[in-house]
Amino acid sequence: MYIGVDLGSRTVKMAVWDGERLVDHRIAASGFEPHRQAEKMIADYRAKVVVATGYGRHLAAEHFADAVITEIKAHARGIFHEFPGCATIVDVGGQDSKVISLDAAGRVNNFQMNDKCAAGTGRFLEIMAASLAYTLEEFGAAALGTDQEVLINSMCTVFAESEVISMKNRGIARDRIARAVHSSVADRLAGMLARLGHGEVVAFSGGVARNPCMVELLEKRLPRARVLVPNLPDITGALGAALHGTGV
Amino acid sequence: MTSTPFEIKPYPELWAGLDMDVPRFDKARLMLGEAYAKTYLSQKNRPVGMAYFDTMIAEIHGGRIKELLAAKAEGRPVIGTFCVYIPEEIVLAAGGICVGLCGGSQGSVPDAEKILPRNICPMVKSAFGFKAGRICPYFQAVDFVYGETTCDAKKKTWEILDTMVPTYVMEIPQLKRQRDLDLWLAEVKDFKTKVEEVAGKTITETDLAKAISVMNNKRKALQRLNSLRHHNPTPISGKDGLLIEQIAFYDEPVRFTQKVDALCDELEERIKNNVAVPTKNAIRVMVAGTPMALPNWKIHNLVEGAGAVIVNEESCIGTRYFKDLIDEKAPTMDSMLVALTDRYKEIDCSCFTPNDERITQVIKEFRDSHAQGIINYSLQFCHTYNIEEIRIRQACERENIPYLFIESDYSAEDIGQLQTRIEAFLEQIGG
Repeated sequence: MYIGVDLGSRTVKMAVWDGERLVDHRIAASGFEPHRQAEKMIADYRAKVVVATGYGRHLAAEHFADAVITEIKAHARGIFHEFPGCATIVDVGGQDSKVISLDAAGRVNNFQMNDKCAAGTGRFLEIMAASLAYTLEEFGAAALGTDQEVLINSMCTVFAESEVISMKNRGIARDRIARAVHSSVADRLAGMLARLGHGEVVAFSGGVARNPCMVELLEKRLPRARVLVPNLPDITGALGAALHGTGV
Repeated sequence: MTSTPFEIKPYPELWAGLDMDVPRFDKARLMLGEAYAKTYLSQKNRPVGMAYFDTMIAEIHGGRIKELLAAKAEGRPVIGTFCVYIPEEIVLAAGGICVGLCGGSQGSVPDAEKILPRNICPMVKSAFGFKAGRICPYFQAVDFVYGETTCDAKKKTWEILDTMVPTYVMEIPQLKRQRDLDLWLAEVKDFKTKVEEVAGKTITETDLAKAISVMNNKRKALQRLNSLRHHNPTPISGKDGLLIEQIAFYDEPVRFTQKVDALCDELEERIKNNVAVPTKNAIRVMVAGTPMALPNWKIHNLVEGAGAVIVNEESCIGTRYFKDLIDEKAPTMDSMLVALTDRYKEIDCSCFTPNDERITQVIKEFRDSHAQGIINYSLQFCHTYNIEEIRIRQACERENIPYLFIESDYSAEDIGQLQTRIEAFLEQIGG
């Protein structure tokens, strides 16, 4: 078995590849010691190779992993497996968002990643959902259910939160604010894609790709592209790591 | 990893004499010593000649300060600076000393943010904070600070800094037409008058000719070091290369030149014997962009920690400081000052518009250094380098050069993200 573990900022993901197909996958909260969590998850398998990716990759290598790759390479590998020929990836994770461009062989030839702040990340959406008293599922559904837009100006998590609070206190409906938050993230992702350039197919990976409103709003902003979401967007990185293991 | 015990030597009495915040500074000294041991002394296979530069760090807050104070006692001027546009030859010709001031650490930023706006350049904030907090012995020892007009943050900060330490401002034009170069020459002459006033002596042609030769030799030694770093495999780490470029701003120039030359002899031996640092197959990276003032080793640490090696810095603390020499054939004071100004105008700072020379220079250094990719580094809020980034990126796309842009400051909060980006960049180059 080839095992990929993605030790992310919010969750640990595992993918098990038997050489031909994905035979298992799991997701658990990162907790205080993400490498212990990961170790527990892989304990049920006799692994030939374990490849770690994500923020905790080096910690995992200190404890159990045989090799490490960055989440950028891991997502590239995972997406190219799912969508062969795909040249562009948007990945929105808990702590960062990135856009990656691939060459014809699926190798990374350029990428952009947010730097010092949480704007445009899964964490940003979580904080905004909490401030509107939504669960994450309700949050995306509410935003999808309205087309009445208001505009959030700030991309900074701290300032955007105060902007959301002031909107609430002006009596603006909750679903409209939810929509505005989603739009602001979609604008940011579309901006990153415009800077990097993108192909006709843009694959959307990472946990945020499960939010249907994010997918719809992103697609709206990319008139020349189709946005595709893999079956299991959360585990794209873990799958990519497992696939990388076949060559280690 | 074990590191050799290393200490930055304390000089509490000397510091108290300079009206410094001694208890606080002493804490900073311990932290710097620790960071230095971890970053530098843990490196494997360092050249023996680096021992001198280790000593320069150990004595950064004492030995060198004593030399400055001894010079002052003899009536020789000591002038602090943050910019490679300072005509150092003039300071040297007057018997003076030119020192780069502290400005590369997060520790002093909170002092600055009590007064200055937060959203300006970290180097300007750090430097200002060192003076405001009285935690830089160099700042405390100078006769005056040389300021220039290369960016808005500095230009307006000089006005505030001047209330704490005399700050002389020289105008650097932002275009290079004849009328701008005429202004530049006039500014150089004014600076000479100012230095002569402080030194209490008139600079002779012999003085200036000698100073020009001293500085040319120093720049030649740095050029030699840089071209040895370009050898594949490289005989010295990028961290050590950067350290020497940083020390260039406060060491005594003649001694420094000898030590760099001695190190270069050793590096030539290494090349002959095929000794590589860190490994023969390390990915070679060049950095371009804004200066990395001591002790800013953030990018080098991450890149070399990931197993790659940095082989060139296209930066003020790097090639911009030493790539150009002054023509030594000028016979008269006037023609020497013209030759000097001609040399300084070759520095391709992003404060100039247009600045096509720099784009060409970055690509040239990439080729010369046999690098495999470029990391363009800009300090946060440095508008000119941040915007010029677009043209550097376009040039790299045209030339098919792997390219990564990093905007950062001195804090540690983005280390995780930067590590991911740098490692992904190295994966991209390595295939």
